[in-house]
Amino acid sequence: MLPYSWLIPALPLLSFVLIVFFLIRSNKASSYTSIAAILGSLALSVAVLAEVLGNPQPQEFAINWIFMESFKLPMVMYIDPLTAVMVVMVSLVASLIQIYSLGYMHGDPRFARYYAYMSLFAFSMLGLVVAGSFFTMFIFWELVGLTSYLLIGFWFEKKIASDAGKKAFITTKIGDFGFLIGLLVMFFAAGTLNMAEIFDKVHHHEIALGTITAAGLLMFCGAIGKSAQFPLHVWLPDAMEGPTPVSALIHAATMVAAGVYLTARLMPLVITSHTMAMVVAIIGAFTALMAASIGLVQNDIKRVLAYSTISQLGYMILALGMGGYTAGTFHLMTHACFKALLFLGAGSVIHAVHTNDIQEMGGLGRKMKTTAATFFIASFSIAGIFPLSGFWSKDEIFAVAWEGGHYILLVVAVLAAFMTAFYMFRLCFMVFTGKPRDQEKYDHARESPKNMTIPLVILAFLSITVGWVGIPWLKHGYGSFVFFEHPHHVAPNYILMVISTIVALSGIYLAYLMYYKGSISPVKMAERFKRIYRVLFNKYYFDELYMATIIEPTYRLTEKLYKFDLGVIDWLVNFFGDFTVFLSWIQERFDTYVVDGAVNGLGYTIRAFGGGLRRIQTGQLQNYAFVIFLGLVVFILLRFL
Amino acid sequence: MNLTLIIPEIFLFLWALLILFVDFFTAEEKKHRLGPLSLVGIVITVVLVVFSGQGQAFGEMFSADYYSLSFAIIFLGSAFLAICTSIDFARERIKHQGEYYALILLSTVGMMFLAASRELLSMYVSLELTTISLFVLSAYLKTDLKSSEAGLKYMILGAASSAILLYGISLLYGITGTTVLKGIQAELVGSAFPGPLLVISLVFIIAGFSFKLAAVPFHMWAPDVYEGAPTPITAYLSVASKGAGLAAMVRVFFGSLLPVTSEWIPLFMALATMTMVLGNIVAIRQSNIKRMLAYSSIAQVGYILVALSAASELATTSMILYLLVYMFANIGAFAVVIAFYNHSGTDEICEYAGLSRRSPFLAISLVIFFLSLVGIPPLAGFVGKYLLFLAAIQKGYYWLVGVAVLTSVISLFYYMNVVRQMYFRKPTKNDPVKVSWSLRLALVLSLIGVIAVGVYPDPFVSLISKAASVFVY
Repeated sequence: MLPYSWLIPALPLLSFVLIVFFLIRSNKASSYTSIAAILGSLALSVAVLAEVLGNPQPQEFAINWIFMESFKLPMVMYIDPLTAVMVVMVSLVASLIQIYSLGYMHGDPRFARYYAYMSLFAFSMLGLVVAGSFFTMFIFWELVGLTSYLLIGFWFEKKIASDAGKKAFITTKIGDFGFLIGLLVMFFAAGTLNMAEIFDKVHHHEIALGTITAAGLLMFCGAIGKSAQFPLHVWLPDAMEGPTPVSALIHAATMVAAGVYLTARLMPLVITSHTMAMVVAIIGAFTALMAASIGLVQNDIKRVLAYSTISQLGYMILALGMGGYTAGTFHLMTHACFKALLFLGAGSVIHAVHTNDIQEMGGLGRKMKTTAATFFIASFSIAGIFPLSGFWSKDEIFAVAWEGGHYILLVVAVLAAFMTAFYMFRLCFMVFTGKPRDQEKYDHARESPKNMTIPLVILAFLSITVGWVGIPWLKHGYGSFVFFEHPHHVAPNYILMVISTIVALSGIYLAYLMYYKGSISPVKMAERFKRIYRVLFNKYYFDELYMATIIEPTYRLTEKLYKFDLGVIDWLVNFFGDFTVFLSWIQERFDTYVVDGAVNGLGYTIRAFGGGLRRIQTGQLQNYAFVIFLGLVVFILLRFL
Repeated sequence: MNLTLIIPEIFLFLWALLILFVDFFTAEEKKHRLGPLSLVGIVITVVLVVFSGQGQAFGEMFSADYYSLSFAIIFLGSAFLAICTSIDFARERIKHQGEYYALILLSTVGMMFLAASRELLSMYVSLELTTISLFVLSAYLKTDLKSSEAGLKYMILGAASSAILLYGISLLYGITGTTVLKGIQAELVGSAFPGPLLVISLVFIIAGFSFKLAAVPFHMWAPDVYEGAPTPITAYLSVASKGAGLAAMVRVFFGSLLPVTSEWIPLFMALATMTMVLGNIVAIRQSNIKRMLAYSSIAQVGYILVALSAASELATTSMILYLLVYMFANIGAFAVVIAFYNHSGTDEICEYAGLSRRSPFLAISLVIFFLSLVGIPPLAGFVGKYLLFLAAIQKGYYWLVGVAVLTSVISLFYYMNVVRQMYFRKPTKNDPVKVSWSLRLALVLSLIGVIAVGVYPDPFVSLISKAASVFVY
């Protein structure tokens, strides 16, 4: 089975090609083809996982792609337990979201195109996951960036959406550029981009430590961009302008996790270079805290979730930076389930009330029972309430910090967990409980159709249970399957469990007091901590900062370059263009007067000699034949002279 | 004597007869179905070619090897694509459709024999079978003056060049006493000094083949014939007929004349230079897209001649690969031209204004084919040109590659002119251009070819390099 794993990404690619070339006019055919393809990938992924569970030895498959004698670039596929888990996760979430989209995107004028993009995304993301060389990975890395851009700006009539697409593309590109430079550094240091070979060399100390740190950090830049880590996190909240299922799939569950996946793949470098490990951990911790604090005060339901995503990704990066390979990737799995569920639930709410603003919602739980129930489950899971998935994975991260003695990082993580519990239940209470704040919207609200609620229920089930594969007192759980170098068994740490539960419950309780019971007034709180509130509400002024320090100066520079272009470069280009035209004009003249003239002249001469020879109707034909013979004669003369 | 080796050729010949026979009993309004019938024949022939064995037949005359196999696939492929693009065109504008398809198949049979032939006379006879069918096809639009003129010019000049070729062959026979390529090589290895007669014979043979390739200065017929002939035939001529010329030329020169390379390589270089320069520069001034493509296809042969000047294994590999790539891109481009012509009845480039808004699929396809012809990665043209130029660089012909790269840049100019019309000019009409299933099939197959070979060339290269190893360099 494993050698055929390439079929997993290939099926969605096939569906993309079919839709674009043949089915684009038929909504039904396009969506069904796309869903069939991703379900096929899911089936294959499960088969791969089953096989890898039996034999967890990593396997590599390569085909030649570029074949110059001194320089070979193969396309490599690498299957190990992490890959197997990732392909199942990606294709499962993608399948559910594509089914959900049937209802959500119903009636959209570009429905078929939406499914074409979804297939392209599935192809790119699955390709990224099975890639076995950084070069192959980079190709797919850029492809997911492209599809993300296409889908954020899917409703490009809205200027704000097309701007968000551009912002996402450009911001992540900054990170990608670092990734690319890191690749080149690595290639010159190790002579290969094959992951296994590089790690072998790192392991045997064949690469200098400085080079490892430099290349590793540069490649980590790619992860910073893609996983929206500080300081490149600004694109993700804006990306919420895309259709909500897209936010769920790409900007919560899968693509943004690609950065975490890359960091996990870079684990040998992180282990070797302490500088790199420290940078990774600090960026993760800072992002987790910062994004969670911004999430406390936002009013757009999707943006709160976006900041929550950034914060949770920060958690994973933090875990990886502390060497917690198992913990980081485990949280990636569980997060994919509950965050996809939260987004789809938000989508269901938005579908019902046609607004993103939680200040216009309220009391919706009475009308949308399934959505509310599943949303609450996901919130309990992300807040880390026993025994839901989020509890186990978050606990694992705390345990890694505890074990490694990173107490400051542990405190930061716990603080972020408190904020997470608070903002999630702020959402829950404001959206689903209490009195409707906008009666008209409330009256029109209705539960979403079956093809939207069924994926919710499935994801809710997963949000509860997926974490159970990693329960610490399991002998053969997640940690004995996906691990780095040797299986990671943390003994159940009951103190930490109790602490994290208390923290989560107190966050929920505070939200309950403020937004359900109303015994603490949120307005007064905002009043009291006015300054902090304003900084948080304005997202630490990152956008304004970038505007003033990067974007404005770039504009000014472009203005100057444009003038230079116009004055100097354009002039040169025009000059060469005109010159070429002039040359061809000469050539034409030459053809008409010199060649034709010579031919005609010779023709006349010959005719004069030939005397009575008559003209055949087309003088031209004669000319043609003459040129042939002329060429013949000249060639022969050339060879003898 | 091993007749099984020529089963594919026999089959295709019989299928051509079958088309004529069925044509006899088909009502006029149903005759367009003969097109798909011919396609079926071609597909079966491809299967037969792939699975028929390898070996020699008729003494030294006929050799089924990887070389003839890869050319047969290129010829059958271009016939397939050309017939795909013909079906609507023929239904609307051509009388006697049966003969039309049968003649295409017959010329393909000629080409297949040509690529497999290892003896000068059988080669010549195959060449005539090919070209005589093509003369008739060029003049097929009987009521159209330009078409008749094209056929006549093609025939007269073709006959003249055949005479030159035959003269060269007879001289070579006079020198070596044999027409079998292997024998010629053996004779030439022994002789110490190649006499003036040999030089004259080489020049004549080169001139004869250059006519088929439309290499400058033996290209004069090409623009007029390409413009006048029915457009699907132009597409077929510009790929298959050139391919046939190359197949025979390389078989003769690499198969028998390698001992005297110093005598003919300078001529190849001169031909290559003139062809690239003239083809590309004159193409700039064309306002008719068929004429522009005619000059562009002249220029493309120039690039192939650059590689052939290297006379190495890589030269042969790259030549065949480039021909394959060129087949997809060029017939693809012609398919767009035909679709446009079927709809609007014109070939003027200025009429393509705003096509991107009328038919985005046609416009983007044409852009892709043009970019491949220029040689922009990741399209197939890049891989093709890269290998062609690599062959020349390995022999140190830097200036020749310099000219090739420079003229490639110039070629951007006229290709992008069409793109500019399609994308940056306002359309004069707004109706979308209809594309029938057969044209769409040709377009999609060509697109797949152009992209697949560009993105993943390795399997194609490794297959074709087997073909290149039939010669001993």
